[in-house]
Amino acid sequence: MQDPLAYVIGIAHIAAAVALFNGAFTTFGQAKIAAQAIESIARQPEASDSIRSTMFVGLAMAETSGIYGLLIAIIMLFANPLVKIMVNHLG
Amino acid sequence: MDLNIANLWVINVGGVEIWITETIFNTWFIMLFLIVLAIIARIKLRNFKVIPKGFQNVVETIIEIFDNFATSSLGKKLSYIAPWFFMVFMFLLSSALFSVIGIRAPTADWATTFALALASLLLMFFMGLRHRKGSYLKSFFEPHFIFFPLNLIGELAKPVSLSFRLFGNMLSGTIILTLYYSLTPFFVQIGIPVFLHAFFDVIFGALQTYIFVILSLMYIKGAAD
Repeated sequence: MQDPLAYVIGIAHIAAAVALFNGAFTTFGQAKIAAQAIESIARQPEASDSIRSTMFVGLAMAETSGIYGLLIAIIMLFANPLVKIMVNHLG
Repeated sequence: MDLNIANLWVINVGGVEIWITETIFNTWFIMLFLIVLAIIARIKLRNFKVIPKGFQNVVETIIEIFDNFATSSLGKKLSYIAPWFFMVFMFLLSSALFSVIGIRAPTADWATTFALALASLLLMFFMGLRHRKGSYLKSFFEPHFIFFPLNLIGELAKPVSLSFRLFGNMLSGTIILTLYYSLTPFFVQIGIPVFLHAFFDVIFGALQTYIFVILSLMYIKGAAD
């Protein structure tokens, strides 16, 4: 560990990558929603309009956590407060 | 297209710096476009016919689709709020569609989406107080007095999640297209980005616009009904 600043930036990049992991779990949730909606539409085609709009709302709700992960990753990379603190600390 | 929001001009008003960023410029550009469109529609519809034809047909179809959508999700009593959400719908949709031609979407800036989400929240409070009066205020203290902070945080988290959802989606599209344009050689930048634009700007933009509007409508219905 010769350069503490490089260490902080490297850790920030790893943290951003970890934050993007919840995209995988979000996708699982969205896949479950879509699969259930398709099943319901296949069972009851006459209710497909209301099922579709409910499905979109549910997808958006499930997507929120994935978006939060993306925002955390972006903040880690471009607006990381730790890097500024570290630069101030190093002088 | 860039990751950062460019700062175009700085105006000094009495020692206070006002930054005219790319977002503000593009917002005003889209507003100008929508206002001109509205004025053209108004002039064209001056001689309003009972049996619609041509241009009037198109305008009536658009308005009717949105009115049916608002009425089906809000109910007849509350559907007088629909014009505001038609404006939001048109603004979000056109800001997503204009990013196809290289204008950075104003919704890829958190300030724009948070302003719109805050307007939805204020509208929700207003509609709740107007239609349910005391019982709306009482719903903050359900099921017991102790739950008031929890309910308040739940209400205040609504605009945050609403704005972050739209912002994150539009920003992710912008980032992916910026990466594509900056990482690939010139000869693959003709033709192929059309599909990326169609996916990230048109489809995601339209879907997120729909979701923003329908979630706002559902919040208002939950507060006022």
